[in-house]
Amino acid sequence: MDKVIVEHLYLNYSDGTESLKDINLRIPANAITVLFGPAGGGKSSLLRVFNRLNDLADVKDLAGKALLVGADGSTLDLLDPDLDVIALRRRVGMVFARPIVLPLTIRGNLTYGLELAGERDKARLDETVERSLKQAALWDEVKDRLGDPAVALSGGQQQRLCLARSLALEPELILLDEPTSGLDPITTNMVEASLQELKENYTIVLIPHSIEQAARTGDFAGFFLQGELVEWAQGKDLFTNPKVKRTEDYITGRFG
Amino acid sequence: MARQTLDRKIQHLRDEILVLDSMVEEAVLRAVQALKDHDVATAEQIYSGDARVNAKRFELENEVIITIATQQPIMASDLRLLASILEVAGELERMGDYAKGIARICLLIGVERHVKPLIDIPRMAELAVSMLHRAVEAFVAADPAAARLIPPEDDQIDRLYNDIYHELVQVMLKDPTAQTIDQANFFMWAAHNLERLADRVTNICERAIYIATAELKELSVSDDESMHRKYSG
Repeated sequence: MDKVIVEHLYLNYSDGTESLKDINLRIPANAITVLFGPAGGGKSSLLRVFNRLNDLADVKDLAGKALLVGADGSTLDLLDPDLDVIALRRRVGMVFARPIVLPLTIRGNLTYGLELAGERDKARLDETVERSLKQAALWDEVKDRLGDPAVALSGGQQQRLCLARSLALEPELILLDEPTSGLDPITTNMVEASLQELKENYTIVLIPHSIEQAARTGDFAGFFLQGELVEWAQGKDLFTNPKVKRTEDYITGRFG
Repeated sequence: MARQTLDRKIQHLRDEILVLDSMVEEAVLRAVQALKDHDVATAEQIYSGDARVNAKRFELENEVIITIATQQPIMASDLRLLASILEVAGELERMGDYAKGIARICLLIGVERHVKPLIDIPRMAELAVSMLHRAVEAFVAADPAAARLIPPEDDQIDRLYNDIYHELVQVMLKDPTAQTIDQANFFMWAAHNLERLADRVTNICERAIYIATAELKELSVSDDESMHRKYSG
């Protein structure tokens, strides 16, 4: 099943920094899709279309189609100007390159969103805290100090806390923009391993911080260059036998 | 990734494949010549020299592993090439074993008079080595068109093998003494080694096509062909 459907999507910023040119792709549900390529290629812009972060940017033109498909097959028009963005972001979580923890306790970071949504049942909140921390491979490290301030955690732990915070809301789609760029290799492994488990229940779109990570994690992969989706394939095919020379040149380090 | 470093390493590995190939080609031709000439001294050199072929193969294998570990990410055509170098190095090493096997036959026969003049076996060796040479060139150049031309020549090898078989059976029927049967068997063994060597050339051609096109396909199966011909006459 497709989780996101993008057709003939065009995007231009007012300052002309990055753009998307006629993007067509379908992001499969319950898989990890990686969007990779050199900076300025459009991958982050596309990611931000999926949860409407572009609403905050100076977008000059945005045209085409981008749909979020629900479990029941219903579709949500991601370009609809009247879209309830708050409701959308409950369905579409996002984790950034630099962890942004809230100035609350570890637990508070995880319950904040649910409490905002009206959840008051302590047992249910506790259960969510444990589940999301386990899913983000952080539970064992923090279970005895959930009341500590989140800022006291290490960078790697904060990053996983952000992932857990996103998971607490049980989004359908999780967007990750270079989520391990500041992490050491061991923590990176832990995050990647938890993504592999999470895809059972979620759809994940990842902008990897390296080609290696793209190859390790991507069930599906899209190579972006100067606003163009150059190639789209299953990861196992794209990284062993790319069909487009520009992809081959990029992944073998001939440019970029 | 420093592309230049990887390019340099890959070029070096290609050169090393050519070196290993030339060692094997020389060993095969010299072994067959030694067999023909009763040249026990040369056969001994080839027999013990196979250790150098094996060492070269391990050296190459080690270099590929180090390249993969240190020059990552190794992807797409680079990955196919490095994986194929491991394969081709292994094939060449086994061909070296065939040369060693022929040298051993030369040592076993020693100065005994040959039960028949050796004509087809040297011919087989020349043809097989010529196929090998061009296959390795196609591999190093990643030239699938050149690689596809070579395997059909294996039919000639099979025909020669078949002829040798029949000739040797006749020799044994005519003079079924222990010495003749022994020697005829040794020659059959030598011919068989060359037949196997030519089969392995096809594997190298398959790799040449694979690195260029990512297509992994068996080019031809001729292993049993000579056996079929044997029974049909």
